Amino acid sequence: MYAQLVDTGAKRLKDLEEMSAEERAFQERIDAEIKIEPKNWMPDGYRKTLIRQISQHAHSEVVGMLPEGNWLTRAPTLKRKLQLMAKIQDEAGHGLYLYSAMETLGADRDEEIDKLHDGKVKYSSIFNYPTLSWADIGTIGWLVDGAAIVNQVPLQRTSYGPYSRAMIRVCKEESFHQRQGYQILLDLMQGGTDEQKAMVQDSINRFWWPVLMMFGPSDADSPNSAQSMAWKIKRHSNDELRQRFIDQTVPQLEFLGCTAPDPDLKWNEARGHYDFGEIDWSEFFDVLKGNGPCNRERIETRKQAIDDGAWVREAAKAYAAKQRARQAA
Amino acid sequence: MADWPLYEVFVRSKHGLSHKHVGSVHAADRRMALENARELYTRRNEGVSIWVVPAKEITASAPDEKEPLFDPSQDKVYRHASFYELPDEVGHM
Ligand SMILES: [Fe+2]
Ligand SMILES: [Fe+2]
Repeated sequence: MYAQLVDTGAKRLKDLEEMSAEERAFQERIDAEIKIEPKNWMPDGYRKTLIRQISQHAHSEVVGMLPEGNWLTRAPTLKRKLQLMAKIQDEAGHGLYLYSAMETLGADRDEEIDKLHDGKVKYSSIFNYPTLSWADIGTIGWLVDGAAIVNQVPLQRTSYGPYSRAMIRVCKEESFHQRQGYQILLDLMQGGTDEQKAMVQDSINRFWWPVLMMFGPSDADSPNSAQSMAWKIKRHSNDELRQRFIDQTVPQLEFLGCTAPDPDLKWNEARGHYDFGEIDWSEFFDVLKGNGPCNRERIETRKQAIDDGAWVREAAKAYAAKQRARQAA
Repeated sequence: MADWPLYEVFVRSKHGLSHKHVGSVHAADRRMALENARELYTRRNEGVSIWVVPAKEITASAPDEKEPLFDPSQDKVYRHASFYELPDEVGHM
């Protein structure tokens, strides 16, 4: 989801007998739901996979600010502008909580950001879609943050202590994001013109499928899931979370008076879940490869932000050095 | 972030409890660490006081010291109030 397709480097799961004493003690600790902390011994694969997963997650939070930033100067009222700004600032915070958690594993923040800018690591596919109308800001808060919540709530119980604590902070802040988004759409649907209502439906039509893709490939195509689940850095399968999201979202969609662009979406009494249509995975893999509508623009914007801020960072460093020299004198 | 040292952040909530570790920030100096911590960890009234401490100044116990450090306290039940049984007539004590 915010971390899609994280490679664990493990072809298959080892059972307890095959493990070294250290590995076994580690796995038993995880099985007993005792958190792994930075100074504890951990297998190399666990460390590397977590760095990959947390950095992807952090990059997603940071890149995720860009589609919303697009509407900051064009928010319809001052109130909406302040709300959107607060939401975006939260996302910057989420990125920072996560980079901090990642650093406890020995990774370097600058290096990981360089990897992002060089296209060596990914961020969530969803942020490569454009925000064409104000309704998209509502749809993102409601659906994209809604999907993020479904993914992040179980991660509060992830086995790695600093990651789990970061997720607890993040989850506390997310529900405001989703509610402000839904309220934007409700306002448009309940008090808006026909044109504004059509704008909401158009926005949902464009985002519906990409949002479902956020949960990652179907379980059959998730070769790394078993290891990640054993390590408890992933707690539910992609398909399970996707289904949970759809089940809770459809009633909200109906309340809005909108529809999903999926003729197969209907309640299945026997399953106790909504059935839904086939996802076009070729689009997902294409976007991940860098061919989504906004991939290039997103990375360019990130790089430019880092480059344009270089003089500020240098000035801060020079100032700190001067202060230190003055104190020493 | 090799240039900017890491600071650990502690926040005291308004309920008068002790400062509690909430996370960390990078900053060029202490003043900036404090400002970054404010921006990152107290956007919603989470606290009334912040401490920032250079991470390298913290001395921490190691995981393999867990037994020598903490096991000795496990067999000292007499340090807990519940160890001392008193007749009901004494009432709440
Ligand atoms: Fe977030
Ligand atoms: Fe969010």
